[in-house]
Amino acid sequence: MNGMEVKTSAKLNRAIAPPIKDAVEFELNLPPYRKTLLSNGVEVYAIDLGNVEAMMVSWIFDAGNSWEEKKGIAAAANGLLKNGTTDRTAFAINQHFEYYGAYLNRAAQHETAELTLHCLNKYVGELLPVVAELISDSIYPGEELDIYKRNSQQRLQVSLKKSDFVANRLIDAYLYDEKHPYGKYALMEDYQALEREDLVAYFDRYYRHGACRILAAGRLPDDLIQRLERSFGNLPLRPPVAYGSLPAPAIIPAATKKYNIVNDPNGVQGSIRIARNFPNRHHPDFQKVQVLNNVFGGYFGSRLMANIREDKGYTYGIHSWLVNNIQASALMISTEAGKEVCAPAIEEVYKEMELLRSELIEEEELQMARNFTIGTILGDLDGPFHVAGRWKNILLNGLDGNYFNEGVRIIKTITPEELQELAVKYLDPAVFYELVVV
Amino acid sequence: MIKYDRFQLDNGLRVLVHEDASTPMVVVNVLYDVGARDEDPKKTGFAHLFEHLMFGGSVNIDDFETPLQLAGGENNAYTTNDFTNYYIQLPAENIETAFWLESDRMLSLAFSEKSLEVQRKVVMEEFKEHYLNKPYGDVWFKLRELVYKEHPYRWMTIGSELSHIEQARLEDVKGFFFKYYRPVNAILVVAGKVNTAQARSLAEKWFGDIPAGDKYSRRLPHEPLQREARKLTIHAQVPLDALYKCYPMASRTEPGYYVADLLTEVLGGGASSRLHQALIKEKRLFSQIDCYHTGSVDPGLVVIEGRLIKGVSMEDADKAVEEELHRLQNELVDEKELEKVKNKTEAAIVFEDMSVMNRANSLAIYELLGDVNMMNTELEKYRAVSAGAMLETARRIFDPLNSNTLYYLSETK
Repeated sequence: MNGMEVKTSAKLNRAIAPPIKDAVEFELNLPPYRKTLLSNGVEVYAIDLGNVEAMMVSWIFDAGNSWEEKKGIAAAANGLLKNGTTDRTAFAINQHFEYYGAYLNRAAQHETAELTLHCLNKYVGELLPVVAELISDSIYPGEELDIYKRNSQQRLQVSLKKSDFVANRLIDAYLYDEKHPYGKYALMEDYQALEREDLVAYFDRYYRHGACRILAAGRLPDDLIQRLERSFGNLPLRPPVAYGSLPAPAIIPAATKKYNIVNDPNGVQGSIRIARNFPNRHHPDFQKVQVLNNVFGGYFGSRLMANIREDKGYTYGIHSWLVNNIQASALMISTEAGKEVCAPAIEEVYKEMELLRSELIEEEELQMARNFTIGTILGDLDGPFHVAGRWKNILLNGLDGNYFNEGVRIIKTITPEELQELAVKYLDPAVFYELVVV
Repeated sequence: MIKYDRFQLDNGLRVLVHEDASTPMVVVNVLYDVGARDEDPKKTGFAHLFEHLMFGGSVNIDDFETPLQLAGGENNAYTTNDFTNYYIQLPAENIETAFWLESDRMLSLAFSEKSLEVQRKVVMEEFKEHYLNKPYGDVWFKLRELVYKEHPYRWMTIGSELSHIEQARLEDVKGFFFKYYRPVNAILVVAGKVNTAQARSLAEKWFGDIPAGDKYSRRLPHEPLQREARKLTIHAQVPLDALYKCYPMASRTEPGYYVADLLTEVLGGGASSRLHQALIKEKRLFSQIDCYHTGSVDPGLVVIEGRLIKGVSMEDADKAVEEELHRLQNELVDEKELEKVKNKTEAAIVFEDMSVMNRANSLAIYELLGDVNMMNTELEKYRAVSAGAMLETARRIFDPLNSNTLYYLSETK
C-alpha cells in the first residue's frame, strides 16, 4: 500500500468487511521476567520493557487479611504504612514521595498486601531507601490511628448508603462465610476496636520480619538490582510463603440461596448479584470456563450484554467474571437495574444460562469471543505494567508461564461441544445465589 | 516529545498520525467537535444519548460491535461538555476494519427506531446509577446551576432531567447527526504500529468521499463575570455534611490555566497538600477533602469539596478552608513546594503518555484546542509558572466575589 493509491469511491463497497487476520494466527508470548535473590532470600522479579524512563516497583508481603486474628488489622497496618517512622512524620513521608513526582500506593488483599511505587527512573535513588525505612521502621503514631479510625468509619457510613457496596459485601459473605477472609467485612465497631499495639505487632511480624517478594517493571536502570540489594538485602525479611502453605480456612457457603434486601426505601435501582462457588485456577476447567464466561457475560458482545442491555435496555451494564481469589474462585454476575425491571432482568440471566446448556454456541459467535479475547491479550502485552500484572497473578497463584500458554491454547481451540458440557456442569441456575439490594 | 504527521482531506477531515513501532496494536480515534455545551437547553443530554446511538448500526453495517470483535478489537466512547470522542484499539494487521467501521458511521447512521428506544432506556438507567441512586449524586446538577447562569455548562453531560432523554425523537437524532457529525467537524487520529503513507491511503479510501458538511461555528453565550458571593444550602438524606466551593477560572488555552492547575495541586494534590495536611490532619475538621478543576475548554472551575467530621459546624469548616485560600493570596508559595507540584505534573504527563491510546486521545484534543503541538509544550508552560503568578492568580480566583459555596447538609443527624 502507498500514498499514491487513488480514491475508489465509485467502486468502494462499504457493505463488505475488509479481510481480517484471525486470532488463531496471532502468536502471543508473555515477555519473561528475570529472577534474582537478594541476600536475605527475597525474590526479585524484574520485567525490563518499554521505552519510557519510568518504572514500577511492588513489595508484595504475605500480609493480607488471611493472616490477621482481629478483623481490620491487615487493612489498617497496610493503610498506615506511610504514616510515620522514628525519623519522619506522615507529612514528611508524603512530601518526600510527592516532591519527586512519585506515587506510593498501598493495597491489602486476602493473602497479600503490598506497597507499590511508580516513579521516573531519575529519582529512584531518592525513593528506595525511604521505602526501606517504611517497611523496617513504621511506628503507627496513635494520632494517625485515631484519624484513620474516624475517617474510615465516616467513609463506611457513606458507602453503606450505596446498594452496590452493600451487595458486594453480602454476596461474598454468602459464598464464603462471614468468618472466611474472602467473606468477612468491616463494621463500624471493628474500626473502633483497632488498637495501636495490634498494629505494631502485626507490622513487626508481617512486614518488618515479613515474607516478601519484589516485582519491578519498566525500562529498568542497569543498577536496579544493586540498589534493591543495598536497601532491602540486609533487612530481616523472609522469602514468600509457598502457594501450598497458604492459609486455607474452611469455606462455608450459606444455606439460603435467595435474598432481597431493602437498604434504601427511596432507591430507584436494585443491585443484582448472582453467583456460585467455583474452584481456583489450578482446576483444569478454570481457563475453559473463562472462555465460556466470555460468551456468557465477559465483554460487550456477550449474551448478557446483548440481551439485557442492548435488546431490553434494563441496565447500563451487566458483566460476569471468575473472581480472582487464590484459594477458591466464584462465578459472579453483577448489574444495577431499575427497581421495576430487576425481576425480568434476573429471569433473562437464567434464560441465558439455560440456552448455553441446551444449545451449541454457533461458530461465528465463538470465533468472535476467541478473537476479541486474543486481541485484548495482545493489547495487554505491550506495556511493562500490564505484563507485570499478568506475572503477578500467575506467581501469586502458584502457577508458571505454562499457565499463560495453556490459556491461549484453550482460547484458540476449545469447541462448542466442550463449552456446552461446561455450561451443563457449571451454569445450573439452581446452584446460584441470588441477591437484590435496593 | 510526541512525534506526529498532520494532513487534511479535501472534505476538511483533519488527520493526525503518530507512529509507535514498539506496539503490535493500532488505535483509531475519532473526535467530533460537539458536546453537551452545544445542546438546546430544552433537549439536554442529547450529545451523550447520541454517542450511544453511534453503536446502533450505520448505513451499510447493521452491527458495529460484531465485526470489530471478530477483528480482535475493542472500543469505547465518551461525551464531555466540550466534545465527543470514539476510539478503537485493535491488532495492527486488522487496521482496515476500524477505518471501515468509523467511516461508515461518519457517512450516515442507520437511524433505527429500535436502537433509539433501547438506548433511551439504557441512558436513563445510567442516569439513575450515577446520579440518583448515590448519596451526593445530585450535587453537580446544583453546582452547575449555581455557577453558570448563561453558559451551557450550566447542565450536566447526562442531561438536566430524565424527561429530556425520554422525549428524544428520531428526527432530533437525524438533525443532530447531519449538523455536527460531518468530516469538517471531526478529527481522526491513527496511532501505534502504522506509518503515515498507510494511514493517508486508508483515510482517503474510506473517509475521502464523505460529504464535507457545513462547518459548525459555535456561538455560545459568554458567562458574565461573577461579582457576588453566591451561597446555597440544601438538605438531603446523606450521612455526612459536605462542603463545596467553586471558583471560575481561565479557559483551557489561556496562560492562567496552567497556574490554576498548579494551584489546585498545592491545595489538594496528594496527602502532603495544604488542605489535606491542615484540615484533615492538623485541625481534624474534614474526613476527606479534595481540590481539582474541571479542565473545560471554555472557562472552567476550581473546585474544593470535602466531607465534614461529625459534630464540626459548617461555618467553622468553611472558615478554615478560606484561611488556606487567604494564605495563597497573601504569601508566596515557597520554592520547594512549587518545585514539588511541577515535578508531580511532569510525572503525571509521563505516565499518562505511556499508553498509545492516551497519546492518540491527547493529540485529538490538542488539535481541537487549535494547536496539536501544544502537546509537546505543556511541560514548559508549567515549568515557567512563577510564585508571583501563583499569588496573583490566587488573588483573582479566590476573590470572595468569585465564590460559589454549597452547604450540603445531612438530614439524618
